[in-house]
Amino acid sequence: MSISDIYPKIAFGPAVVPGTRYCPASMSAFLLAAAEVTGRLGQPDQEHLLWARELQAMSLAVHIPLVCFGIAFPAMVVFMEGLYLRTGDPTYKALAKRWSKVMLILFAVGVVTGTILSFEFGLLWPNFMATFGDVFGVAFTLEGVSFFLEAIFIAIYVYGWDRLPRRAHILTGIPIIITGITGSLMVISVNGWMNNPVGFDVVNGAVTNVRPWEALFNDFFWHELVHMYAAGYMVAGFTVAGVYAFAWLRGRRTRYVRIGMIVPLTVACLVSPVQVVLGDWAGRTVAEDQPVKLATFEGLPKTESGAPFHILGWYDKDTQEVKGAIEIPYLLSILAYHDPDATVQGLDSVPPDDRPGPVNVVRYAFQTMIGIGTLLALAGVFYALVWWRKGRLPRSKWFFRLVVAAGPLAAIAMISGWVTTEVGRQPWIVYEVMRVEDAVTDASGLPIAFFVALAVYVTLAATVVWLLRRLAARPPDVEVGTPVEAR
Amino acid sequence: MAEVCLALAMIGLTAYAVLGGADLGAGFWDLTAGGAHRGGRVRGLIQRSMSPVWEANHVWLIFVLVVLWTCFPVFFGSIMSTLYVPLFGAALGIIFRGVAFAVRGQAATIAEARVFGAVFALSSVIVPFCMGAALGGIAAGEVPEGNALGPPFESWLNPTSILVGVLAVTTGAYVSAVYLAADAVRADLPDLVEAFRRRALGAGAVAGALAIGGLFVVREEARWLFDGLTSGGGLVCVLASAAFGVTTMALVWTRRMSLARWTSAGAVACVVLGWAFAQSPDLLPGALTLDEAAAGDATLAATLIALGIGALVLVPSLVYLYRLVLRGTLDQQFEPLDQRFRPITASDQSQERP
Repeated sequence: MSISDIYPKIAFGPAVVPGTRYCPASMSAFLLAAAEVTGRLGQPDQEHLLWARELQAMSLAVHIPLVCFGIAFPAMVVFMEGLYLRTGDPTYKALAKRWSKVMLILFAVGVVTGTILSFEFGLLWPNFMATFGDVFGVAFTLEGVSFFLEAIFIAIYVYGWDRLPRRAHILTGIPIIITGITGSLMVISVNGWMNNPVGFDVVNGAVTNVRPWEALFNDFFWHELVHMYAAGYMVAGFTVAGVYAFAWLRGRRTRYVRIGMIVPLTVACLVSPVQVVLGDWAGRTVAEDQPVKLATFEGLPKTESGAPFHILGWYDKDTQEVKGAIEIPYLLSILAYHDPDATVQGLDSVPPDDRPGPVNVVRYAFQTMIGIGTLLALAGVFYALVWWRKGRLPRSKWFFRLVVAAGPLAAIAMISGWVTTEVGRQPWIVYEVMRVEDAVTDASGLPIAFFVALAVYVTLAATVVWLLRRLAARPPDVEVGTPVEAR
Repeated sequence: MAEVCLALAMIGLTAYAVLGGADLGAGFWDLTAGGAHRGGRVRGLIQRSMSPVWEANHVWLIFVLVVLWTCFPVFFGSIMSTLYVPLFGAALGIIFRGVAFAVRGQAATIAEARVFGAVFALSSVIVPFCMGAALGGIAAGEVPEGNALGPPFESWLNPTSILVGVLAVTTGAYVSAVYLAADAVRADLPDLVEAFRRRALGAGAVAGALAIGGLFVVREEARWLFDGLTSGGGLVCVLASAAFGVTTMALVWTRRMSLARWTSAGAVACVVLGWAFAQSPDLLPGALTLDEAAAGDATLAATLIALGIGALVLVPSLVYLYRLVLRGTLDQQFEPLDQRFRPITASDQSQERP
């Protein structure tokens, strides 16, 4: 690699910023944009950048809901098996066994969709990987190890029903819980790093002095982590509960259905209100470290104190104002800093080229997440109150209808959250260091790849839904009592 | 340290070529097993053998990708961007293969099982061909350093690439037949032992002939690669691979299938190692050496530490899985695939429908 391969591209400010560390200092973060990197493979000239982004977004949107099940489902399955071991009640075993099959199918689909993501990192963003692979790669190395362990133990667990001694069997479930958490933890660390890039210096537009461990434990790691985990428990919990709530509404009020609903529903309902607090933490961290992203959440054109928040409406780029919206005074300042008079940075704090393009996409994604999150938090509080005061399930049919809808809603909220943070990071792939347009491949045919992948994912989704319905249609008594093949 | 990291990537690649390749090769045998009834028993054994292990075997691929992009980022960016056509094809094939296999396990009618089986089997052939062609493109020096600077088609549709692609398919089929024959021995299914023994001998002969014939192709197309394979460490590996291959054939011939598992893996490992010797010290022949491509020492050290810690947990876990598998603890009851879908009769009530 010669120096001519490196194309320094300096936006403004000094070219040499030794020892640069993108620490949480709101104002200086924007000044440090001086240290911009184009990448080791040179500057790409890709006319179909948008297609690459959409392809990546679609692939992630398919994979992330499966990750939720990887995070949250194993714990529920093992908990159910634990109930069986303690009570000897075959209903618990039937549920645990049924769920473990679903877990395996979702894992298999997650394995392949996750593989696609690893391919796409290189296929779509070779310059990003070539330039920063050595900075954040260690996280993926650890993720690979976790993934490996998860694959090993999920096979042993699911195929080991009635083959392994009972105690040994439930013990093989524990590594699935742990690795489901550590694996996604490492991926979230990388995303945190993209938003809060640390662990390297930029000298003359080149990345030097790489410190991989520092990159691994970046400042965005912790809040993204817990926020995502809570989301994982909500998506998985409400989705599983929804399946049984549907049966419950249809009049199948058996003990099997009741237990299958209560366990995941309780988990999800307890997590939902907590998620509001975690989301608040995430929002305040964004306000500190990525003020431009926060301004995009609202469409705040100019820095102001006592900033309002606009619900619905439309951000007009030309006039730089939000039109047709419900204005709630001071709310943005309160959300961002817990202070109605706090000063919030506006979009004008950076040059137009450094602002996210689709402000309205981010605004609506953010509001969708907040809206659904609030609704589910209220549902969770309601459920907990009824249980606490009356010691029974709610009787309202509307509550169970909400539970049926809650799984898809939670997934939509989670995807919206990802859209908020990812589109809100634009135009940067590595926040204020590398632009997405500099990271992309120079290969042709991206629109074709997008539509091929779209067709594949639609087929995939249809197949998985069909398969899970097929599984649900089988009578549970197949699994009660008699030893069966775990297939 | 770069050498150690490369060695780990090569170990991962070998493991994927052997274990992942065997799963993909099983797809080849599934594809060629004949009609629903005639191929029912072969497919039943494949379904049973692959189910508990294919995901773990597949993760080796992720391992290789991750080590490459962490330790050799410029190399990774260059190959992924130039070889995007076969690699995108392989990625799609991986989706279809994995999902179709998982779904076939839940099929309720023979018609469903046939559709998903066909998708599983076809994509099982496409994936190793695409991967092999991509590796062949690297070995043939078709990938320059840079962002998609190589030709999108000639980089993997040249004689060397096609040779390696076809060799990947046949080697997978060969290893797979050996493994399935060994599984059939364990399951006490003599007819299937014979069926896969024949396939192993046939595929082994084809793979061997391709490898020898391939040397002439490489001699014409990539002379320096040929020289690397026929001198020094490369030659030792090629000879060792041939010796392992012949030994495997002898073991299969004399029905010592469990031993043949190991020697067939040795044959594949030697090919991978020989390729590394032949290309040394270049990662991209003529364009990028190992030292130029390697990440800084801090990253390499961190990767080795992470993998070292990981290995402490991973190795015992893998041993545990394969021990359970080889002892038959995780075995399901054998059932020809087409038999699963016959109507349930009164005499079946005592048995469970899968």
